[in-house]
Amino acid sequence: MTAQAVLDRPRVMAALTAVDVPDTFPKRLVRNAERFGDRVAFREKDHGIWREISWARYLAHARAAALGLHALGVQRGDVIMIIGDNRPEQFYMAMGAQTLGAISCGMYQDSLGEQLAELINFAGARFVFCEDQEQTDKILEMEQQLPTVERILVDDWRGMWQYRHAKLISFADLEDLGRQTDARRPQLFTDLVAEGRPDDVAILCQTSGTTAMPKLAMLTHRNMLSQGENFHAVEPHIGPGDDFVSYLPFAWIGEQMFSFTLHQSIGFTVNFPEEPETAQRDFREIGPHFTFAPARIYEGLHSAVTVRILDGGPIRRKIYDLALRVGTEAVELEAEGKPVPARLRLLRAIYYWTIYRPILDKIGLLRMRVAWNGGASLGPGYHKFFRAMGLNLKQIYGQTEIAGISCVHRDGQVRFWTMGAPIAGTEVAISQDGEIIERSPSVFCGYYRNGEETARGLRDGWLYSGDYGTLDPSGDVILFDRVGDMLRKTDGSGVAPRVIEDILKFTPYIQEACVIGDGKPFLSAILNIDLRTVGKWAEDRGISYTSYTHLSQKPEVLTLLRGLVNEANSRLKPEWQITRFVSLYKEFHPDDDELTRTRKLRRGHINERYRGLIDAVYSGADHYEATVTIRYEDGRTAEMHAVMHILDVAG
Amino acid sequence: MENRIFIRVERSLPLADVVLAVEQLVLRFAGITAVQDLSCTLRPGELLGIIGPNGAGKTSVLNCINGFYRPQAGRVVFDGRDITTLPPHARARLGIARAFQNIALYPGMTVLNNIMSGRIMHMGSSVLACGVYWGPAQRELLNHRARVEEIIDFLEMEEYRHHRVADLPYGVQKKVELGRALAMEPRLLLLDEPMAGMSAEEKTDMARFVLELREVRRMPMILIEHDMGVVMDLCDRLIVMDYGKKIAEGTPREIQRHPDVIKAYLGQEDIA
Repeated sequence: MTAQAVLDRPRVMAALTAVDVPDTFPKRLVRNAERFGDRVAFREKDHGIWREISWARYLAHARAAALGLHALGVQRGDVIMIIGDNRPEQFYMAMGAQTLGAISCGMYQDSLGEQLAELINFAGARFVFCEDQEQTDKILEMEQQLPTVERILVDDWRGMWQYRHAKLISFADLEDLGRQTDARRPQLFTDLVAEGRPDDVAILCQTSGTTAMPKLAMLTHRNMLSQGENFHAVEPHIGPGDDFVSYLPFAWIGEQMFSFTLHQSIGFTVNFPEEPETAQRDFREIGPHFTFAPARIYEGLHSAVTVRILDGGPIRRKIYDLALRVGTEAVELEAEGKPVPARLRLLRAIYYWTIYRPILDKIGLLRMRVAWNGGASLGPGYHKFFRAMGLNLKQIYGQTEIAGISCVHRDGQVRFWTMGAPIAGTEVAISQDGEIIERSPSVFCGYYRNGEETARGLRDGWLYSGDYGTLDPSGDVILFDRVGDMLRKTDGSGVAPRVIEDILKFTPYIQEACVIGDGKPFLSAILNIDLRTVGKWAEDRGISYTSYTHLSQKPEVLTLLRGLVNEANSRLKPEWQITRFVSLYKEFHPDDDELTRTRKLRRGHINERYRGLIDAVYSGADHYEATVTIRYEDGRTAEMHAVMHILDVAG
Repeated sequence: MENRIFIRVERSLPLADVVLAVEQLVLRFAGITAVQDLSCTLRPGELLGIIGPNGAGKTSVLNCINGFYRPQAGRVVFDGRDITTLPPHARARLGIARAFQNIALYPGMTVLNNIMSGRIMHMGSSVLACGVYWGPAQRELLNHRARVEEIIDFLEMEEYRHHRVADLPYGVQKKVELGRALAMEPRLLLLDEPMAGMSAEEKTDMARFVLELREVRRMPMILIEHDMGVVMDLCDRLIVMDYGKKIAEGTPREIQRHPDVIKAYLGQEDIA
C-alpha cells in the first residue's frame, strides 16, 4: 500500500543537479575555503581556551593529511578506520582519505579491543587512526590479530613517550610528510580532488545492529550531500553563522550528517569540547543554535532537571509544577492543531521568562532554535516536557542506510505520536507486510562485503527499514516497533513493546525497560532503576543501600516500581498491560551486548541472557537467583550472584 | 671533613652531578631524635624513594630539605649551595617544591586558583600595575594562566578546573597538590605520600604522572610512599629509614634482598 497522502504532498527536489555545485566532499571543502576563507569552521577547546580554525586552515590540514596518506601509499577504495573522541583531526583524516578515493569509517570509541579488531578485519583496513593513547593501546593489544593493518596513525601522542612500535606514526608527522609531497608536486592535490566522483563511496557507517553483528553501510558522496540538501530544504532553521557542538560519537550517522555533511553544505561552526567529561559545561558555554542527539541525551537532561527540582524547596517545586502544567496543556493543544486560548498564551509567556528560560539556560539550551531527536524515538512525555519549556524539539526518523534522515516533524505540525513527514526528494510507503519502506537519492548502495544483507534491505531501489509502522492521514510516518521486535502473545494479539517501554521509562525512576511476552500468555517487564533518582528517593526516606544491586531489590523500591507500573498500565489498553515485573540487579549495558552503542535494546541477547529469569517469571515463581558473568570495559570478566524478586503488578 | 663524607657517599660522581646533598643530618625534638646522622644525595633526573615504618623520620627529612625544620647538625646542599639556614620561602624561590601528605590547599578556592597560587613567586608585576590590570599585568597573568593550563592538561583535570577544592574527592585534591607544586616550575620536587588514600585507578594515574615527570622532564624527585609496589616500580634508588637512621640504601632490587630491611621494615617475609 502506498499512501496517497505522501504522493500528493508537494515535493521539493534536490538542488544537486545544478552544474556548479561541487559533488564530492573534498571539492566542497575547496570551494568553502574560497568562499568562507577566514570564517571559523571549527572551534576546539584546548588548555581552557576556545581556539578557532578557519575554513582555509581546515583545507590546509585536509590537504596535508591527504598528501601524507598518498605518500604512505593509500589507494582508491582503501578503508581508513577512525576512532576516538571528536577532534578536528578526525575530520582532516576523513577528508584526506576521501580526497584519495579512500573510504573513512568511524568506530565507537567505547568499543572493546576485540570488537574493534573484528570490525577492522571485516573491513580489511590498512590504516587505523587513533585519537589518543587509550585507543592506540587497544589497537596495539590486538595487533597480532590485525594482519591487514599497516599503519596506526595517532593524533595526541600524550603519555606515549616510550612507544616505539614500527607501525605508529603521529598525525603531525603525517602532515609533514604531506607538506613535503606538496612541495615536490604542487599540482597533485588539485588533480586528486578533481578525480573524485559523486558515486564513489565516501564513508562506511556502522549500523546499530539491534539484531546481529554490526553491518557497514556504504554511503557515497552523492548519498550524503543530497541528504544534507534535502533536509535543509524542509528545515531551513540553520545558517552559516550558527554554532553546533560535536560531542556524540564520530561513528554515528547523525554526527556524520551534521558535523561532516551539513557543515560542508551550510558552513556553520562546529565546536569540540575539551574532554568528554567537560562536554556538558562546554556545551553550555557555546550555547549552540541547534542540536541533533539520540533519545538518551534528552532523557538524561530531563532527569537532571527533575532531580534538581526535587532537591529544591516545596514552594519552588509547586511553582515549577504549575509552570510545567500550563506549558504541557498548551503544547497538547498545539499538537492536536487546536487554538491555544489567550489566557494560556499569556501565562505561558510569563512562565517562559520566569521559569522556563532560567532552566533552559542551565542546560545550555537557551539559544537553541531547534533540537532534533534521532536514533531511537523519544517518548511523548519527554517531547511534551521540552516543548512545554519552549524548546522546539522535533523527531527525526531515518536509518544509517538512508544517510540518517528520511522524515522530520515540520514546524507547526509537531505531533508527538508520529515521526514526522518525509524530507524533500524522499518517498515513504508501507509494504504489504506493514514494513516502512523508503526511496530517495540518499539510499545507500549496499552493505560492505555483505551481498546477502544488501539483497534483503535493498529491493528495486526501495530501502526496507525493518520497522513496523503506518502512515497518519496527514502523511506523517507512525512507527510502532522493529518488525522483528513485535511480540505475539499466545492469544494471537500483537504488541509493540517499545510503546509500553517508552511509557514506563518516562518516570525518572526507571532508566531502562524491556517488555517480554512473545509466545507467552501475558506481558512482563524487566526494569532497570535509575541509580541517581532512585538513590535520591531512598536517601530522602532514610533507606540505606550499598550498591545498585542492593538498592534494586529493596522492598520499598519494589513497592515504588509496582506503583509506577500500575500507573503505566492505566494508560495502556488491557491487552498491552504488564502483569509481572522484575527489577534487574544491574543496568543493561552495551559491553554486555544488552544495548547497542546507541543505547537501543538488543532483545535477542536479553532474551537469551536472562532466559532463566524469564522462565521463572512465567512459572509463577516469586524470586530468581542469577549467576551472571559480567564484563568490564577493559575486557576482564567476573562472576556475580544476585537474588531478584519477581512481583505481580496487581495485588 | 664534610666534603670527604660527601664524596664517599657519592662514590665517584663529580659535584656538578648532584642536585641535592644531605650531609649527616641530625634533628632532635626535646630529647627524641627524629633524624640521626642521615646522609644522602640526589642526582639529576633521579627518583629517590624514602621508605620506612611510621615515625621513622621520613617526613622530617623532607621538612629539613624544604626548611620547615632547622636541623641541629648537618648540612643541606642544593645545587652546590648550602641552604641549611635559609627559610622555606627562600628555598622555594631556589626551586624546591613540595606536595604535602596532608593536603594543604586553599579549600575555598577553585582548582585553577590553587594551582595559580604556585605561580606567585614567578609574578613580577607591582601592586600599581596589578591595580590597573590592563597592559603588563594582564599580559603576565595570561602567561601564568597558560602555564597553569599546561599543568591542568598534564594532570587531566579539565573537568575540575572551576570546581572548589573543598567539593572535590580526596584523590583529585592530591592531584591539585601536585599541580600546585609543579606550577612553581621546581628544580627539585618533594612528594610526601602522593598516593595515600587513593583508589587503585587514581594510584595508577598518579604513578603515570610521576613516571612522565621523570622520563620526559627529567625532574629530580624524592618520593615518600607506603605502597611498596609503587615504590619498587618507580624509584631509581631507595633509602630505608628506621628510628631516624638510614639502615639501607640501594636499588629497589638490592633493597628487597637486604636482610636488615626485611627484618626492620618488611617483617620476616621476603616481599620479592
